[in-house]
Amino acid sequence: MRNAFGQPQSVLVLGGTSEIALSVVERLVAARTQTVVLAGRNPSGLDLAAQELRDKGAQSVETLVFDADEPSNAQAVIDQAFEKAGGSIDLVLIAVGQLGDQDLLDNDPDGAAALFTTNLTWPVAAMTALRSKLITQGSGHVAVIASIAGVRVRRANFTYGATKAGLDAFTQGYSDSLKPYGVKVQIIRPGFVRTKMTEGMADAPFSTDVGPAADTIVKGLSSSASVIWSPPLLQGVALVMRSLPGVLWRKMPS
Amino acid sequence: MSTHQELLTGWGNTAPSLADVVRPRNEEEVTTDLQNTPGSLIARGLGRSYGDAAQCAGGTVLSNRGLWNLTPIDPSTGLVTVGAGVSLDELVSISIPAGWFIPVTPGTRQVTIGGAIAADIHGKNHHVDGSFMNHVRSIRLATPTGTLTITPESEPELFWATAGAMGLTGVVIDATVQMIPIETSYISVDTERFPNLDATMAAMASGDDDYRYSVAWVDCMTAGASMGRGVITRGDHAPKSMLEGKQTRHPLSPPASTKLAVPFTPPSGLLNRLSIKAFNEAWFRKSPKKRDGEIQSLGTFFHPLDGVDWWNRLHGHRGFLQYQFVVSDAHGDVVTKAIELLSSQKVPSFLAVLKRFGPHNPGPLSFPMKGWTLALDIPIGPPQLAGVLDQLDLMVGEAGGRLYLAKDSRLSPQQFRAMYPQLGEFERIRKTIDPQGHLASDLSRRLGIS
Repeated sequence: MRNAFGQPQSVLVLGGTSEIALSVVERLVAARTQTVVLAGRNPSGLDLAAQELRDKGAQSVETLVFDADEPSNAQAVIDQAFEKAGGSIDLVLIAVGQLGDQDLLDNDPDGAAALFTTNLTWPVAAMTALRSKLITQGSGHVAVIASIAGVRVRRANFTYGATKAGLDAFTQGYSDSLKPYGVKVQIIRPGFVRTKMTEGMADAPFSTDVGPAADTIVKGLSSSASVIWSPPLLQGVALVMRSLPGVLWRKMPS
Repeated sequence: MSTHQELLTGWGNTAPSLADVVRPRNEEEVTTDLQNTPGSLIARGLGRSYGDAAQCAGGTVLSNRGLWNLTPIDPSTGLVTVGAGVSLDELVSISIPAGWFIPVTPGTRQVTIGGAIAADIHGKNHHVDGSFMNHVRSIRLATPTGTLTITPESEPELFWATAGAMGLTGVVIDATVQMIPIETSYISVDTERFPNLDATMAAMASGDDDYRYSVAWVDCMTAGASMGRGVITRGDHAPKSMLEGKQTRHPLSPPASTKLAVPFTPPSGLLNRLSIKAFNEAWFRKSPKKRDGEIQSLGTFFHPLDGVDWWNRLHGHRGFLQYQFVVSDAHGDVVTKAIELLSSQKVPSFLAVLKRFGPHNPGPLSFPMKGWTLALDIPIGPPQLAGVLDQLDLMVGEAGGRLYLAKDSRLSPQQFRAMYPQLGEFERIRKTIDPQGHLASDLSRRLGIS
């Protein structure tokens, strides 16, 4: 169960090798989390992460392998995850996603479509499968990792940005639909975080390391905010970004 | 029988969960509900537990407010049989005019008989009279394996396991309670204020035994030499001879109904470090240095907050929690350390209440035990709060103390087990009447009570 601070005892991570998500879960394990299910694509990566969480004190850590390129598997993944967690899950952290290389995606219709499947279609299918589970459970918390890139898409990564914009929009309505059932839904909008996903890329403005990003997110998960910005400063930056005229926006450094 | 879904929280307005709510009107309907609900079930009274004790996410919450039979008090013995859904407020409104008072009353009358048993509530007289279950003579209890009448003589294990078990041994249908005779509905009150915590505690340790009722309010917001300055109020039921003027015409008047209410939930942050500090300062200043023999009504003395309906809303939408622990006399220093920790970590606490307890009763999950108990009202909000309270849990646990489940909304299963060493015994008894674990609440799941 979640306690008065919203600290969960059981957590499911979809995208179970995401560095940001794992860093968040590590902090949750230090508080109240005992049961973790890590679901992702890379079995050895999942096993490694699971062992680390056990070492940090988690009582039960299970892994579940799936591929987000096939939305028809989403229902089965959710069903299995609940089974592995022992029937109920307090927090579902959705961290499925890839960045893609915009230069290649510009001329790769299959690649662009595949990125949408992984980053948007699969998470939407999974969240839909999750909905009835959480309503039956009578409580719960879903946190979806979107991105600052979805707030206003940029030339430099617009395919990725558009997938996150779609996920962000879906989550807003999803949140409203679950409110009457005591299920809390939050959108996490991180800025540029230095992880393996962004390895080799030059730092964007307001870049952070994984640790501080996770601290901000964990604090946000305990709050009643509908959006968690990481770093918090981005909330103001986004306001400016949204209101810049297109002429100026296109001149922003990539 | 009606069923509807409801999003429920405790009095602290934290961690809501959704459940089917049923409201049986008699024993047969309770039995039917117990047999017919497929998932988990827990009873709920007036929702005054601060945390998640009377919630059952995805299951069924049985409102006991339909269990409302009230037989007249036996004038020769003072025994009364009361439906589980009757509130203490409703009971005293008929008992006081007849010259009887409830043997134990917490800080509010808005508690049902079922809730009073489930929490094994205590009052300002614990050091003399013990807790509520010490005055219960029998209980009609519906369990998943059958409905039975339990007394301390016929079913001592189940009777005492029910004390403070937060509903996990069954649904109370009704109970027979030993009331206490009173000549008047007034208390003769002595008030005295003390400049710091040591002085407050010393005065309580030496003087409490001279009074039936005793409690201290402690200021946790003032650091330095005045840390823990307190106001002790102590009293006894006033005999008729002490009344004057208008009081003599109606020596036995039931408490007045509430006149004020908080109509909506204001933004969180209204009660913050500054406003709480100012409130505590004003409270201390308005208290007399020393005043003896003041005649106060029962309501004023016992239930000052009952004057305002929905006062919990003042803490805003984020809600609040109450942290109440008890430690033995030998570990009275934990009280000082707790207040020091909160003060140094800048955690505001509104109305800290300090009291001495008498001996523990045989209930394995009953909270009170001989020593000191401190109750702190804390708004949710300061980001350091969760960690600070975890630190406090360790201090209390290491001192052999424990937290009160009726107040708890955030304890970990590990610390809970360490604090209640008789938990294994409780779980063994529980298995005999609920082998499938049908009775469960958000609290029992959170704390891992099987």
